Amino acid sequence: MPKVPGMVKGLGVTFRTMVETLKPSGGPATVQYPHEKEEPSPRARGVIALHEENCTACMLCSRECPDWCIYIEAHKTLAPPRRAGGKPRQVNQLDRFAIDYSLCMYCGICVEVCPFEALFWSPEYEFSEVSIADLLHEKERLGEWMETVPDFEAYEAGSEAKGKKVPR
Amino acid sequence: MSGLIFAIELAYWQQTLIKVLVAAVLIPTTALILGIVFLFKMMSWMQSRMGPQEAGPRGLLQLAADGLKFLQKEDIIPDRADRFVFKAAPVVVLASTFLTYVILPAGPDLVIENLPTGIFFAMAVSSLSVVGVLMAGWASSNKYALMGGLRAGGQLIAYELPLILAVMGVVIQAGSLSMQDIVWAQADGSMFGFGGLGLPFVITQVLAFFIFMAAIQAELTQPPFDMPVAESEVVGGFHVEYTGFRFLFFFLGEFATAFAFAAIAATLFLGGWWVPGVDPNSALANVVGPIALFVKIMVVAFLIFWFRFTYPRFREDQLQRFAWKYLIPLALANITITGILVVVL
Amino acid sequence: MTVTDSQKMAYVAAQAADARVNLQFETEDGMTLNMGPQHPATHGTLRIVAQLDGEQVVRCEPIPGYMHRGYEKLCEVRTYPQVTTLINRIDWLGSFANEVPFILAAEKLMDVEAPPRAQVIRTILFELSRLGNISLFLGDLGIQLGGITIGFYAFRDREFVLNQIEAATGGRFHPNFDRIGGLKDDLPKGWIAETHLAMERMRRLCDEFEELVLGNEIFQARTRGIGVIPTDIATSYGMSGANLRATGVDWDLRRDACPPGLSYDLADWKVWTHPDGDSYARTWIRLQEVRESTHIVDQLLDSIPAGPIMAKVPRIIKVPEGEAWVATENPLGEMGYYVVSKGDLVPFRVKIRSASFNNISVVPWVTRGVFVPDVITILASLYFILGDIDR
Repeated sequence: MPKVPGMVKGLGVTFRTMVETLKPSGGPATVQYPHEKEEPSPRARGVIALHEENCTACMLCSRECPDWCIYIEAHKTLAPPRRAGGKPRQVNQLDRFAIDYSLCMYCGICVEVCPFEALFWSPEYEFSEVSIADLLHEKERLGEWMETVPDFEAYEAGSEAKGKKVPR
Repeated sequence: MSGLIFAIELAYWQQTLIKVLVAAVLIPTTALILGIVFLFKMMSWMQSRMGPQEAGPRGLLQLAADGLKFLQKEDIIPDRADRFVFKAAPVVVLASTFLTYVILPAGPDLVIENLPTGIFFAMAVSSLSVVGVLMAGWASSNKYALMGGLRAGGQLIAYELPLILAVMGVVIQAGSLSMQDIVWAQADGSMFGFGGLGLPFVITQVLAFFIFMAAIQAELTQPPFDMPVAESEVVGGFHVEYTGFRFLFFFLGEFATAFAFAAIAATLFLGGWWVPGVDPNSALANVVGPIALFVKIMVVAFLIFWFRFTYPRFREDQLQRFAWKYLIPLALANITITGILVVVL
Repeated sequence: MTVTDSQKMAYVAAQAADARVNLQFETEDGMTLNMGPQHPATHGTLRIVAQLDGEQVVRCEPIPGYMHRGYEKLCEVRTYPQVTTLINRIDWLGSFANEVPFILAAEKLMDVEAPPRAQVIRTILFELSRLGNISLFLGDLGIQLGGITIGFYAFRDREFVLNQIEAATGGRFHPNFDRIGGLKDDLPKGWIAETHLAMERMRRLCDEFEELVLGNEIFQARTRGIGVIPTDIATSYGMSGANLRATGVDWDLRRDACPPGLSYDLADWKVWTHPDGDSYARTWIRLQEVRESTHIVDQLLDSIPAGPIMAKVPRIIKVPEGEAWVATENPLGEMGYYVVSKGDLVPFRVKIRSASFNNISVVPWVTRGVFVPDVITILASLYFILGDIDR
């Protein structure tokens, strides 16, 4: 069989793709964004959510952040004792927890170093703002994102990693 | 039959006015149709996309919206540009397109001006655009624009020749330079004594058809011959400095010319407005004619844009070599063979 | 905003440097064409000043540095876990591959080794980032040469690879997943099966590329015999990776000097070479590499051992005093880190050897006498990432 010229083959590829796109079973590779949305994978690093009750204002995340975009303010206060008759405990009361998303590199170090499981990744990605200054989100906004945090996925076979749970 | 539509005798200036208006409406409309159907939709489908979806039903008004956007843009003229030439260049390009539309027949009576030397006129005015392109490239005072303009100049001149030589074969076979006569020749022709389908010249002039297609691809500066506007090399070439409605003129010119060339190809090789089964002398031909021509134009335009979206581009010297070494000798051979066959048969 | 004196001085110095280059070119005969820093063919902000005679290039010089971000210096004030987030952004298309040599160097200094499961998954992710990188090359080459359609195909199918990287690491472009002594997390359920499917898609892209671009006569006319780099020139300029293999040198760090911590020996694969050394050869080599890479991934996916994902490392990482050099075969070529530690939380000095800088330094040699469109072909086929040049 004589060799088909490459130029003819190329025409075949584009024509095939056009038919594939127009076929109901095929369809385009794109989605019409504001109308349909792609589902990011549960691990996707979209935005950092804060579970405020777990935060002890230990400042680890703030210190480990490579571009220092986490702002934490807290004051010491007395909490009721754990056991009846005990002494009141001294705890850190979180006043401010803010992440500047215009600086954040979405590296995930803060989530990783948090010893009390207060920070979580959410695949939510629609939080753009008109002004760059509005990207500094305070703890109220960060707390709202907790609802969008999905459960941790099960691990692939052969894994020895322990499964974790998202506090609700 | 000609009295059927133009029964009312109009004064010369009235006729001229109507003809100008028809051409002025046709050019943006056809450019929009080609742009939407092929540039936006077909290209998207070939690239697994859906194309524009938001403006109008299924995004069909996107190009109109883009046109409006261009009109709103600031008109920037570079400081060191030759202002008059810079401003005139898009007009010259569009004028060449405008003049080409004059001779396109859409039916036995539907032609703006039935020149006896129609195809010769079309070839002549279509070469005008090279002047506009060179003007644009030179006046922009930009090195990329200059390179693009000079590339376009060399390319358009090199590809005029195969274009005209390819047309010559058809003209010899039809025995006329008039577009209408070429259509009639195809309608009256017969294949091996069977006249039902007429004789579209694409059957006898296959070689000429391919040369013509290659040459109009180069005339339109579309891939694989888009070096004058290659965005990865000369960043848009001669129209790199144009903004707003001046750029729109180039854009309109490009697509309207694509439509005009597709119409010429459809007329020369596919029988133009003539459809098998419709008596070309009847009034019906004036109704069916434009539709038939439009369908044929779309077929040709599909080929043009299909090549455009599939092929990478040549290099400038390879393009010249291709024209002078292959296309022109082939076209000359085609003329010779056609001439001999016409005399012998 | 106030401008400090030092900023003013830096601006003046930069202007003077630009003016010097311009003057050098303007005073000679012919036309000087300034491509970039903003030009579609320069993949970012590489500046290329070409002195032309008509359309022929007399002299052509790349001027890097428009995107210099000072990573070597930044690394000196970041702790070891923080450094990986930075160096993700060196070659932004194959970002996981940037982390690996640095982590391996740190592992070498600390004398820890990742568990076998982590090593295999690390190798898989390394190859996935290679696929993500080179598949974009296949599309970009088409775009540079005027055939834009293959660019969309490349973006379409590359998405499957990126989705897999995202599903495992959480980041599509900047995974920051490699850790000293292992990986951040284990694979999610169902990942292996989906990655097999993604590899199928990549092989389909390769077939389409072969039909649409590589087999096209116009493409061959544009690339065959253009930008021929002989073997001795390639080695003397320090080229590496596919560009070097395209000149006939059978040299691949994955096979020849695979550092401990990556498990390429578990797979059965082949290093491709091409004797021609022209743009076509470079494209061909990369296409074969993508195919080979999908096979490596397929084999490794089936041989992931069970076990832990992290070795025992202290929570606060202090790297003992010493120096280490680790280089791996990254998508663009040899990439290595020379890490000097003084026993602190932060490295004392990090020297980054990235492949593109050396690969692009051959441009003045190879572009003498070619036409302007060939400069584009050569730049596209040499394949550089600007972040990899400037760092």
